Amino acid sequence: MDQTNPATTLSHQHATFPDGLQLDCGFRLAPVDVAYRTYGTLSPARDNAVLVCHALTGDQYVADPHPLTGKPGWWGRMVGPGLPIDTDRFFVICVNVLGGCMGTTGPRSLRVREDGTEEPWGTDFPAITIRDMVRAQHLLIEHMGIDRLLAVVGGSMGGMQVLEWCATYPEQVFAAMPIATSPFHSAQNIAFNEVSRQAIFADPQWHGGRYWECNEIPARGLAVARMMAHITYLSEAALTRKFGRRVRTSPGRGAAGGPGALFGEMFEVESYLRHQGSTFVRRFDANSYLTITRAMDYFDLGAEHDGDMSRPFRGTRTRFCIISFSSDWLFPTSQARLLARALNQVAANVSFVEIDSDKGHDAFLLDEPDFDRTIRGFLCGAAEHAGIG
Amino acid sequence: MRLDQRLIAGMIRPRTRVLDVGSGDGALLDYLFRNSGCDARGIEIDMREVTRSVAHGLPVMHGDADHDLVHYPDNAFDYVVLQRTLQAVERPREVLRQMLRIGRYAIVSFPNFGHWRLRLQLLLRGRMPMTSVWSTPWYDTPNIHPCTILDFLTLCRDEGYVVQQWMAVDEDGERAPWRRSIRLANLFGEQALFLLRRKDTPRK
Repeated sequence: MDQTNPATTLSHQHATFPDGLQLDCGFRLAPVDVAYRTYGTLSPARDNAVLVCHALTGDQYVADPHPLTGKPGWWGRMVGPGLPIDTDRFFVICVNVLGGCMGTTGPRSLRVREDGTEEPWGTDFPAITIRDMVRAQHLLIEHMGIDRLLAVVGGSMGGMQVLEWCATYPEQVFAAMPIATSPFHSAQNIAFNEVSRQAIFADPQWHGGRYWECNEIPARGLAVARMMAHITYLSEAALTRKFGRRVRTSPGRGAAGGPGALFGEMFEVESYLRHQGSTFVRRFDANSYLTITRAMDYFDLGAEHDGDMSRPFRGTRTRFCIISFSSDWLFPTSQARLLARALNQVAANVSFVEIDSDKGHDAFLLDEPDFDRTIRGFLCGAAEHAGIG
Repeated sequence: MRLDQRLIAGMIRPRTRVLDVGSGDGALLDYLFRNSGCDARGIEIDMREVTRSVAHGLPVMHGDADHDLVHYPDNAFDYVVLQRTLQAVERPREVLRQMLRIGRYAIVSFPNFGHWRLRLQLLLRGRMPMTSVWSTPWYDTPNIHPCTILDFLTLCRDEGYVVQQWMAVDEDGERAPWRRSIRLANLFGEQALFLLRRKDTPRK
């Protein structure tokens, strides 16, 4: 099937950095494009900037319609005029992560080969880390003339970026909100990522990662990866509440299978997951998925400090607000508490809240009034302490 | 803010670092930040109170005295405050040690089990006392380590803490007039309030 992806032809607001980036793996990636969106107005003192970091499959379209799907921004209920991250007060920046597929340099970006021809990086794209993502964001922040971010906010992999910001550029982060995240990617989470990747590798249309040459995408594998991952974002209670054991009869399949056919009926939860999978492949690149999940797997704040997670934060003056959700089993409260205690060890200014919710890991994207109040209150408090009216 | 919290605030010098263990609704933290310019942070066990405090912009983390003080470095704070909680912790002596390890001063308030009404009830009725301060039956009470003012003084002596200031407070938080005699305070004071320091911390 012809699967020319409209995503490849889209243009996004971006800045280009010809000198590029020195990556953790030793490779110098140049030039680097950094795609981003901004909301609100930067104050004359350039002191009201809030950086929002997106999760694995998110992008910079945090509060305006997605150019491919037309759906509202992924955090449109949190970022906007009068909302908890209030764009009437704050200048909000969201950057597509390095390795992503929405305009920032990633596996789908073109590189110039030795013979002068151009082709996408594909699987040759260098291994990147969460810190590399943060360095790319830092290029943009400096380019904008912002010395210090009032706050860096993000959930899940976005929370990892928040922590890496605080560890790498401590003087430039006044307040930090790591949400539904962990100071390291656990063995269980690496395991889930590996299943996702193997699903992609197993797709006949994967073609060793050079699927663009055949004008195909490994849609099947990527969809399975998304379906599996999506289960980890929910909780048993949320699945039961949304779908229970309800069944829908699919007319086409029912007729084909006849009465008593093994798959004549479809549980609603199956239908939901298939929908999640099929819509995902239209907007996301398989090689980006591999690159970014690998970056998450490598994330371990204590790795360079003999396992001591507090060392990267020694002397920090950043105000932290750690938030977890009671039913999140992918990034459970126990891991957030490890982070809180690591920050206690260096006497950092830490708030730590577990929001009571049955919605699992995805709760940070959904309607949780206590969560909204916490974000709004913490940001207002930070603005007050920073001396911003 | 409760009157006894005002008394506590009065013991804390401006622009110091304060950890309020059991910060509740955050009233003391808010007062210390706004009126004394303190770097005041809280630990609270009740998640609803934590959420409410953080939503007011106050730095509060979910945790408790028994399990979370141990993670802080030595001398991280000037004052560590424990309000009306000492009798409810698992290991009061260890909690006090931690408070005076991470803080130069400890401010501790607790309900006095030596109050005359409790003594009289036990003597006359032969049952566990029930008063407005000690208002839960023995099988339900969170107050697993009650003590009297004299008991607390003995512990401070054994542990080598210097009592820099003490006062008896009645239930409403009003300062009781038993300032001179600790024995009278132990009989008539409903709550006790202590400012302690380590022997090696100089008098302010």
